[in-house]
Amino acid sequence: MSLLEATDRAPTTSSAGWAGSRRPTLIALTLITIVSVVVAIGLGPIGVSPPTVLRIIAHHMFGLFEAENWARTDDAIIWEVRLPRVLLGAIVGSALGVVGVTLQAIVRNPLAEPYILGVSSGASTGAAAAILFGIGSGLGAESVSLMAFFGALGALALVLALARSTGRITPSRMLVAGVAVSYLLSAVTSLLILFAHSAEGARAVMFWLLGSLANADWSTLPIGYLGMGVGMVLVFWWRRRLDLLALGDETAMASGVDPGRTRLLLVIVVALCVGFAVSLSGGIGFVGLAAPHIARRIIGPIHRHLIPASAALGALMLVWADVAARMALQPRELPIGVVTGVVGAPVLVALVRKLNHSN
Amino acid sequence: MIAATGIDLRLGAVDVLSGAQLCTRSGQVVGLIGPNGSGKSSLLRCLYGMLSPNRGVVLIDDEAIGSMSQRSIARSVSVVTQDASADGIDISVGEFVLLGRHVHRGDHQGFTDDDRKAALDGLELVDMSGFVERSLNHLSGGERQRVMIARCIAQQSPVILLDEPTNHLDVRYQHEVLTLVRRLKIDTIVVLHDLNLASRYCDHLVLLDDGKVVHQGRPDDVLRSDVLEPVYGIEVRLLADGQHSHLAFGPLAP
Repeated sequence: MSLLEATDRAPTTSSAGWAGSRRPTLIALTLITIVSVVVAIGLGPIGVSPPTVLRIIAHHMFGLFEAENWARTDDAIIWEVRLPRVLLGAIVGSALGVVGVTLQAIVRNPLAEPYILGVSSGASTGAAAAILFGIGSGLGAESVSLMAFFGALGALALVLALARSTGRITPSRMLVAGVAVSYLLSAVTSLLILFAHSAEGARAVMFWLLGSLANADWSTLPIGYLGMGVGMVLVFWWRRRLDLLALGDETAMASGVDPGRTRLLLVIVVALCVGFAVSLSGGIGFVGLAAPHIARRIIGPIHRHLIPASAALGALMLVWADVAARMALQPRELPIGVVTGVVGAPVLVALVRKLNHSN
Repeated sequence: MIAATGIDLRLGAVDVLSGAQLCTRSGQVVGLIGPNGSGKSSLLRCLYGMLSPNRGVVLIDDEAIGSMSQRSIARSVSVVTQDASADGIDISVGEFVLLGRHVHRGDHQGFTDDDRKAALDGLELVDMSGFVERSLNHLSGGERQRVMIARCIAQQSPVILLDEPTNHLDVRYQHEVLTLVRRLKIDTIVVLHDLNLASRYCDHLVLLDDGKVVHQGRPDDVLRSDVLEPVYGIEVRLLADGQHSHLAFGPLAP
């Protein structure tokens, strides 16, 4: 049938079977993530079985089961140390996955990742200033995290000012501004380390720069969950705008989406997410780059599926990277950024090879 | 209805449009023609808010475009853009057309069965209903343009703008795409380079030169050698083969 004949015919179509549901895949990913969290909590120098982990958690949360059924050390390890640590890993991993998928859409670049905005460099500068020179010590026990967060906000403000200086924000302006601010603040951090009097302080900064979940505790966890959780919900709220931005500014505009304004809103939201993530766990690379790509292969490019899938995969990757970080060279602990880098680098190479192949 | 009057547009140091005017005509196809750089695409982009004129007014149903949200504009005007590609996203044809329904749904709302039906109807109208699950990146140029038009149909706006929809298409698809556009009987403005296509498929032509509307009217009134030769700087002759007349072009005699 020719095109012209088709236009004369009344459309008689059904939406049945159209664009298959991805719900089973999303449910499976969610279940795998939950099981991984429970198993990961039990893994470490002192192993605790998953049923005992669940009983300890249920005891503390709902008053179920008798505490006599497990050792007090197990209780302390699970409830005080590992649970907050694994939960922090899960939320930070989710946030990095969601931020990665968002940035890849709004700058239309598959190699975009959470740290291209320069926000992590700002957080690092803030943290280094706090660790090495005690700047912001008046902020209390969490001064390093708070200084890192303020550093992230400062970097974001700088990037937005540079990216908007010649009009509305475009992907290329944002990338250049992010890279420029990253380099500038990395140089400042290096200078701070160079002028530090304490070798121990410099080592602490290095460990922080490479990322760690070791400082997780119940006091900071709710703030992190709230900040990153709200950010991820907002990104999901704007999921269709991401689909349209990924198709180009003109297409987005023709579909009722103001690309400049939407990009600005999303950049602020994801930068705040990264600020929360970096301030609580340092700079953890590759998760935000790799999780969206793997998710895209599993579930396709539509953001209503891609965002939750990236969140689940980011959580999975970071939770298991943390298990490797604390078990690979025990009793020593590796910075988590080293683990994600060692695993992530081959993923990046494979990605580049695949892009070359498809081009 | 869209009406643009007195449009001045300056991009960087270049005056792209100077006092340009254009309006849709009920149920008709208006062709926007002119040499490269005459401002055709820029004028079209002013009609849906992609570019903001430095002076002049664009009215959509008597409302100034500047006071409308982008979503309201898109409810009134759908566009086949030049950048409509799926390079950044390996999206299926069905999902792409469905995104045309975004203007009718809030950010928090999912697409409904009605939206999917509208998308499928659009695809069926352009004879692409068998391509729902195919990747947009794997279509030929002609198939892709038909999908772009299907998306406009799904958007259900009363006006369609097309920015050089026949670019990169072979002659068969050029004719099929423009015949389809005519059959829609929607207020349409189409930017065209090929004057013979403009002659055959447009009800009204607007000729731009150096950012100004230099002539407009029925195709017979505009596509004349005395009108076109000063604008294009090339010899224009009208040939008739009994059924149709064609324009032939050649260098002006020295």
